[in-house]
Amino acid sequence: MDVRAWTFVLVALSFALYIAVAIFARAKSTGEFYVAGGKVPPVLNGMATAADWMSAASFISMAGLISFMGRDGGVYLMGWTGGYVLLALLLAPYLRKFGKYTVPDFIGDRYYSQTARYVAVVCAIFVSFTYVAGQMRGVGIVFSRFLDVQIEIGVMIGMGIVFFYAVLGGMKGITYTQVVQYCVLIFAYLVPAIFISLMMTDQAVPQLGLGSTVNDGTGGFLLDRLDGLSRDLGFHEYTRGSKETLNVFSITAALMVGTAGLPHVIVRFYTVPKVSAARVSAGWALVFIALLYTTAPAVAAFARMNLLSTIPNQPYATAPDWFKNWEKTGLIKFEDKNNDGLITYVGAASELENELTIDRDIMVLANPEIAKLPHWVTGLVAAGGLAAALSTAAGLLLVISTSVAHDLLKKGIRPKISEKGELITARIAAGLAVCVAGYFGIHPPGFVAQVVAFAFGLAASSFFPAIIMGIFSTRMNKYGAISGMIAGIVFTASYIIYFKFLQPGLNTPEHWWWGISPEGIGTLGMMLNFLVAYVVFRFTPPAPRHIQVLVNRIRIPRGAGEAHEISA
Amino acid sequence: MAGKKTRKQYWERNLKYLIILLSIWFIVSFGFSILLVDYLDNIRVGGFKLGFWFAHQGSIYVFVILIFVYVYLMNRLDKEFHVEEEERGKP
Repeated sequence: MDVRAWTFVLVALSFALYIAVAIFARAKSTGEFYVAGGKVPPVLNGMATAADWMSAASFISMAGLISFMGRDGGVYLMGWTGGYVLLALLLAPYLRKFGKYTVPDFIGDRYYSQTARYVAVVCAIFVSFTYVAGQMRGVGIVFSRFLDVQIEIGVMIGMGIVFFYAVLGGMKGITYTQVVQYCVLIFAYLVPAIFISLMMTDQAVPQLGLGSTVNDGTGGFLLDRLDGLSRDLGFHEYTRGSKETLNVFSITAALMVGTAGLPHVIVRFYTVPKVSAARVSAGWALVFIALLYTTAPAVAAFARMNLLSTIPNQPYATAPDWFKNWEKTGLIKFEDKNNDGLITYVGAASELENELTIDRDIMVLANPEIAKLPHWVTGLVAAGGLAAALSTAAGLLLVISTSVAHDLLKKGIRPKISEKGELITARIAAGLAVCVAGYFGIHPPGFVAQVVAFAFGLAASSFFPAIIMGIFSTRMNKYGAISGMIAGIVFTASYIIYFKFLQPGLNTPEHWWWGISPEGIGTLGMMLNFLVAYVVFRFTPPAPRHIQVLVNRIRIPRGAGEAHEISA
Repeated sequence: MAGKKTRKQYWERNLKYLIILLSIWFIVSFGFSILLVDYLDNIRVGGFKLGFWFAHQGSIYVFVILIFVYVYLMNRLDKEFHVEEEERGKP
């Protein structure tokens, strides 16, 4: 069978599996729709959280990003895993004890204020839509590259699948499909990585292969060879950084805190039965995430090594097949500026002579071909990329539908709505959200990539401080929390909008405040939130007695089972 | 165990654990992998420079260990103060 046939078979099989699981695990009550009835075992919740969290960006783009950034790529590796420590230690157990269904629920109840609830709802919806548009686009891209269907049709197929199991199954359906999707995506990620590691270093564990010697008989360490090759071609050394330390620090912190504040991740910890289960389930989630995240830097270095040792200064006429194949998709562009028939690939110092542009996504997508792996491996990578994109999209759509049906309607404008009515509204909202997400997937608002900084920045500067203060201070009041959230959001959003949309020409280190790029500004926004909240709190009356009692109760695990009983 | 253990003591012990564990979290990620990375890169472990290894691999392993240590400490603390959750009756 050829690559297309294998891809088709594997993708179709995986889709059939997701649908079967969704039918098996469909939701019957609002409790099941929002939090899977609060009965998901911790290990499975960890797996579902990992699939929920690892998006098309983690699966397709991250290794490529690292490949081109070298050591600085650590901002993504640490930023997108370190947040789980914050989540496990500072948020998950207490939010689980609090119970209920959503992040706006916590903010609204803890700060005894509808205003606070609405601010949180708007943030949650904005963050989730930003994210989901990118996922749908990812689905379309995988379809168009591997199966030669148009991006539009690919997006539609993706919408159909997500629609089916998110609308029907709610959180319960999503959770169990995510467990299956995790297995698909991690298998698809590890197989090529292990093959390539064996081929280059004779070491089956990619994490160890990264630090091993190259097996071409010369004996040098892989990373030293890579540094040497990079230096010779005028790139910065792979194991050295090129960004300012303060900027690397801020970006890492913003990604970590943002991760801990993202509503679709937080809500997963409402689905486990107990507080102790919420703690350990965060640990499992990170184990499953780490499996991919520690493999990614190995994939990145292997791919970079392959690229630098086979392409530069070779005749274009004898370039390998994968090079020509991917040239057709426009992900590789070669322009023979000096007409010598050789591919000149050099670093920024001599940019004018460079003849090769490479889309970083190719590092994962074309990896099996570059390493001459069997056809089924390519099909597997396609299925894995789709699993990553669909699982994240479903989790986000659920947050959107819950925000509309639960936070806006039930807890906001129509408190008298029946459970049945609420469930129908949640399903309609999920359906509408799928359509909007699909629209953005087909007509991406040119700035999808830009707004990812937004999602993390906003989560870091709004939710995270508000939740932390709500748990670790019994007296923090609504005035402090609301003004803190608004200050954090306005500051962060203005900075990002200014540099990304209004004055993109000025988006360079010399114009940034203290050299902090828009990706890292959420860190300052978070500090501003804490500061403003504290100052306002000092001049206003503390939280009322019954709220202080509530906070003290959240801090003790005993009694968490009851929180969900209302819905059972 | 003399005297009744109070919730205040429980919370203080919890905060103590958090401070210790989050300090390690900070030192490994922001310390070893970012602020001190060039210095640690002078030390080599096999094919890795140490700072680079922490930035790309080591800190993630430490994160995982930290969460499981936290789980262990808190479960023990819950028992000691008798605030662990009762098994739920019917689902």
